[in-house]
Amino acid sequence: MKTVNVAEITRNIKEMCIEANHFLTSDMDHALKDAINSEKSPLGKQILNQLQDNLQIAGDDMIPICQDTGMAVIFLEIGQDVHFEGGSLEDAVNEGVRQGYVDGFLRKSVVKDPLIRENTRDNTPAVIHYEMTSGDSVKITVAPKGFGSENMSRVFMLKPADGIEGVKNAILTAVKDAGPNACPPMVVGVGIGGTFEKCAFLAKKALTRPVDEHSSIPYVREMEEDLLDKINRTGIGPGGLGGTTTALAVNINTYPTHIAGLPVAVNICCHVNRHAVRTI
Amino acid sequence: MEKHIKAPLTDEDTKNLKSGDYVYITGTIYTARDAAHLRMYEALDQNMPLPIELTHNIIYYMGPSPAREGRPIGSAGPTTASRMDKYAPRLLDLGLKGMIGKGKRNSAVREAIIRNQAVYFAAVGGAGALLSKSITASEVVAYDDLGTEAIRKLEVKNFPVIVVIDSQGNNLYETAVREFGEE
Repeated sequence: MKTVNVAEITRNIKEMCIEANHFLTSDMDHALKDAINSEKSPLGKQILNQLQDNLQIAGDDMIPICQDTGMAVIFLEIGQDVHFEGGSLEDAVNEGVRQGYVDGFLRKSVVKDPLIRENTRDNTPAVIHYEMTSGDSVKITVAPKGFGSENMSRVFMLKPADGIEGVKNAILTAVKDAGPNACPPMVVGVGIGGTFEKCAFLAKKALTRPVDEHSSIPYVREMEEDLLDKINRTGIGPGGLGGTTTALAVNINTYPTHIAGLPVAVNICCHVNRHAVRTI
Repeated sequence: MEKHIKAPLTDEDTKNLKSGDYVYITGTIYTARDAAHLRMYEALDQNMPLPIELTHNIIYYMGPSPAREGRPIGSAGPTTASRMDKYAPRLLDLGLKGMIGKGKRNSAVREAIIRNQAVYFAAVGGAGALLSKSITASEVVAYDDLGTEAIRKLEVKNFPVIVVIDSQGNNLYETAVREFGEE
């Protein structure tokens, strides 16, 4: 049994909100640099170079990489031998988001009600996903999600008869429809299986997997590679202004499903695929 | 082709800008996004005056992150333009000459661009830190209560954009994707 004071959660989440909005993880950094060499469109190359300059300025001058500093999506993987003290865990998470967004000069983009639309002015509440794991540690992933790409995400309730080709077509449809709106080069998170809400969760979680890591399931890995190739042949390119770099990675997570169903969720992320991960 | 233009725009400017041109804008532009557009639309419905002059001006679809001390603005990249499609044709018919955003526009906006000899530019999405360096001054001029969605008057210097839809209705998103697509 380990005891964790929730103040520690607040402090970490505050720092992670600021970190994720100013610095990309090294896998994203490498993927964006590699893309400059392979891009065939001169304008596409120019845009990819601007993205490099942008990352440099963001880190050096502490200006958020993108003005849409997102809605804070937070994954908490909590070991079953952890005991929290010092107050409510949910309140502690939201306090970390509040402090990070207010003190870190991040944009407040959250409205209190989806239809009344009054800004909460501190970017709370976060969207929090709790998962129980074994052990006595807490893994925190802070993934601020911009809505240019979030708005282009889709759920498809396919039929089992649609098979692998049906799944691939659904993913390609979502990517083509997203086009320039999702700020390509994109990272495509896919969830296949489970239920309506489970596949969406799998897709969101897939975006937090490093872009240089494939699925450990051989046929899923093949799908990831084949889809990335097909997406990069659509011509959409950097900024949607034409080119051969439309996506940096396709990350697919799967889960058992019902005999009658084949749910597929496609969660699209822009090239500012942000996340910070810490384990305490 | 690389071009340098001054904002506000003249009719001559928009006539000469062609889809695919890489353009540096210097001068005064205004920001407005979803909530400010809704308010302007409601003001027009009630025959009230708009808080900004539209004629010959450019609206940048952008809501910045807060500025750190001593800086004019925070991160300042474009937001998705299609959310303003509902409002844009009416503003174009009232004299708006240019829009800066990212992403596709619908056919009603394209027609209004042709009808009014206007132009739709894209700035690079997700490059808000870089783009902020071309903004030298920022002042909230209307709807202060909207926070990041308030209307701001910006002074820009060599602000980099690409002409997507020109005054003839040519659309770079369609032509460029055809050029590099393999199907």
